[in-house]
Amino acid sequence: MSDLETFRAEARTWLEENCPAEMRIPAKGDEDVCWGGRNFVFQSEAQKVWLERCVAKGYTVPDWPKAYGGAGLSPQETKILRQEMAKLGCRSPLNSFGIWMLGPALLKFGTEEQKVHYMGQIARGEIRWCQGYSEPGSGSDLVSMQTFGEDKGDHWVVNGQKIWTSYADKADWIFCLVRTDKANKYHGISFLLFDMETPGVSTKPIKLISGNSPFCETFFDNVVVPKDQVVGEINRGWDVAKYLLGHEREMISGMGGDGGVTSIGAAMKATLAEEPVLRAQMALFDVDNLTFRAHGERFMDEWKTGKAHPAYSNLMKYVGTELNKKRNELVMSIGGSQALEWESERTNGGSKARNWLRTKANSIEGGTSEVMLNVVSKRILEMPGG
Amino acid sequence: MAMTLTDDQNMLRDTARDFMASEAPVTHFRKFRDMGCKDGFSHGLWKQFAELGFTGILIPEADGGMGMGQIEAGIVLEEIGRNLSPSPFLTTAVAAVEALKLADKAMRDRWFPGILAGETVIGIAIEEGVKHRPEKIACVAERSGNGFKLTGQKQFVVQGASSDMLIVAARTAGAAGETDGLTLFAVDKDAAGLSMEAARLVDSAVAAHVNLDGVQVDADAVIGEVDGGWAVLSKMLDAGRVGAAAEMVGVGTGAMDMTFEYLKTRKQFDRVIGEFQALQHRAAHLYGEMEGARSIVLKAQSLMDEGHAKAELYVAAAKAKAGLACNLSVREGVQMHGGIGMTDEYDIGLYMKRDRSLNEFFGDAYYHADRVATMNGY
Ligand SMILES: Cc1cc2nc3c(=O)[nH]c(=O)nc-3n(C[C@H](O)[C@H](O)[C@H](O)COP(=O)(O)OP(=O)(O)OC[C@H]3O[C@@H](n4cnc5c(N)ncnc54)[C@H](O)[C@@H]3O)c2cc1C
Ligand SMILES: Cc1cc2nc3c(=O)[nH]c(=O)nc-3n(C[C@H](O)[C@H](O)[C@H](O)COP(=O)(O)OP(=O)(O)OC[C@H]3O[C@@H](n4cnc5c(N)ncnc54)[C@H](O)[C@@H]3O)c2cc1C
Repeated sequence: MSDLETFRAEARTWLEENCPAEMRIPAKGDEDVCWGGRNFVFQSEAQKVWLERCVAKGYTVPDWPKAYGGAGLSPQETKILRQEMAKLGCRSPLNSFGIWMLGPALLKFGTEEQKVHYMGQIARGEIRWCQGYSEPGSGSDLVSMQTFGEDKGDHWVVNGQKIWTSYADKADWIFCLVRTDKANKYHGISFLLFDMETPGVSTKPIKLISGNSPFCETFFDNVVVPKDQVVGEINRGWDVAKYLLGHEREMISGMGGDGGVTSIGAAMKATLAEEPVLRAQMALFDVDNLTFRAHGERFMDEWKTGKAHPAYSNLMKYVGTELNKKRNELVMSIGGSQALEWESERTNGGSKARNWLRTKANSIEGGTSEVMLNVVSKRILEMPGG
Repeated sequence: MAMTLTDDQNMLRDTARDFMASEAPVTHFRKFRDMGCKDGFSHGLWKQFAELGFTGILIPEADGGMGMGQIEAGIVLEEIGRNLSPSPFLTTAVAAVEALKLADKAMRDRWFPGILAGETVIGIAIEEGVKHRPEKIACVAERSGNGFKLTGQKQFVVQGASSDMLIVAARTAGAAGETDGLTLFAVDKDAAGLSMEAARLVDSAVAAHVNLDGVQVDADAVIGEVDGGWAVLSKMLDAGRVGAAAEMVGVGTGAMDMTFEYLKTRKQFDRVIGEFQALQHRAAHLYGEMEGARSIVLKAQSLMDEGHAKAELYVAAAKAKAGLACNLSVREGVQMHGGIGMTDEYDIGLYMKRDRSLNEFFGDAYYHADRVATMNGY
């Protein structure tokens, strides 16, 4: 057996022995997901055990170095582990913005102390992070942001407002873009980390069209942030921010793993048989879906061998999020009047309708589809114009 | 398997790319079109393909070929597509070879040497109606003497009239609509009772309407098993489908590159038109569609080469997606070229015509999307 085949067999055995049965059935909704953090309340003993076992093995962040809480797996091994998890239906032990966004940025831009400290906390699910980028006047045009950190020698005093901050009311810490030089647009932003319990930080939840309220307005009123809580160089936070956005886009695109190739059509066979036009839409969706999975696989393989264009994740975000919206439109059409129910137990509290509405944000959050197309056209296709 | 090309595959691609661009670029295609060539391709070019080893890519090493797979065949097809190089590569070196690989040694010895030498051309005689319906084959093969007597009609037999042999699918048992009872035959072009009417297609390829009027063949003309032809046919069709998809990746990419180049040079309103966001967004979307098509075609090829159980599903999805993406590329291509895109002198229209034929060949995007649905259980 090759090393990779041996690894696959070992991973499979480990998963079979360690993943509790309850963690092998799909999560019903956001409230079933383990986000970790200081205030997280486990939904079940199984959820807690599964997290603890994965933490011990480094499997919450399998591809991170061991020194920072990972398992030090190669990209091939990580892919295999994900495939085996998908085959057994294992839930992700821990979801977090720390894993998907901040961690990779720290790995590239952080100091050794920052990596050991913050990445370790993320890997163990101890600290839950939120992302403070967008402001009321700065969405797509993020670099125009105004939240200001006044230099006070060994610390900054931060004042301003962020908006659409996902889970700000539940997060322990924030990674935040703060202007530290008003004279310089691109080179006047610093990437700061601070505790959400710092005096002067407050949040106000905003309700989404799905009826849930996962995001907030976030206010900073004379918030003191020590200078060693900057990632990368002072005034060079835009580089960190952009790098992190690349990972965020990859995450929102829904690529990676082997998930999602299974057609949702089979379960709806009877409905689809009676409606040939809907069936045809479903069929074309399946073609696009299989295509996207193959595309994601190819992108990942090119990415890890350094062959992919650095802006390619923007393309994947565009394609993946538009596809996910289409999927949910089909789910609603196939579900008919039952999918419209908003609260009933029968529909698990209107999960189809709420998911459908939630996915509309996919092509907005982390950079809108239009902005993705701008980036692809300018950076990959090298179309002219500013 | 990693979804990236190996060093050897990259080398093959460079060879194929240089060769097509220098020996069979679009000007070559135009030359043969404008002379009204009865074959629609150059026999000299077919020999050059053989000299480079292209015609033997899928022929097993034991039979004197290169013993490579669909990925390698697809690499050549993509360059063929990009340059609109006319050749019997897809029909003969891909589809026919995949069928003949399942034939006995005598049959392989009879046909592989000619293919390896770039001398033999083989036509695929499957279709009986205007749409791809292989399971509906009605052409009859009755037992007669030491073999069979074939009666029926075929159409869309690309390069049929230039072929040395036709692979004919006929019914030895069962009724139209059944997959059992089909048999594949190698029918010599000179067989008594075989007649053809050549028809030039929109893309200047020449396809034949074939009439089989009691054509007598020996028992050794059977490819594979009597009544068990569906297995051979499926193998041949899937190779043809994934091959056509690879060629469409080439056609679509060629049209797309040409269009993007045009957007960067054509000026209107005192600006190059590539500065207009209305065109930029469509260009970026098109790029995403072509990249997706390229990915699923590669996935389908590698699953076929592995003999994976899901290969059939992915081939269907790849043919559908490559067809849809390539079609978008040529439509956007003509539109974004403005008036000049409508002229015969400009190449973009030639890509549009080629796309049309390739989309139809071995089943269109709708046919294959329907198969995807069926294979996915609805
Ligand atoms: C559910 C959800 C969660 C979010 N979570 C977070 C979070 O945790 N942290 C955070 O910082 N932010 C978060 N965001 C904010 C998100 O990043 C912004 O909404 C996004 O960047 C778009 O900004 P905007 O809403 O101001 O829209 P705008 O930028 O005002 O855009 C409005 C419309 O104009 C289009 N447009 C804008 N510029 C161009 C252009 N140049 N060319 C063409 N079209 C253009 C856009 O595509 C869009 O359709 C979240 C958003 C959502 C919906
Ligand atoms: C069959 C045919 C018959 C014709 N007959 C006549 C005739 O009898 N008399 C006559 O005078 N003309 C005639 N025309 C010319 C026709 O009016 C022009 O082709 C048309 O106005 C487009 O101009 P163009 O070809 O220079 O394309 P361009 O203007 O160069 O356009 C190229 C592409 O860029 C796009 N584009 C250009 N500007 C913008 C912008 N600001 N924003 C976004 N996209 C843009 C266009 O939509 C197009 O897709 C004919 C054309 C055809 C094809």
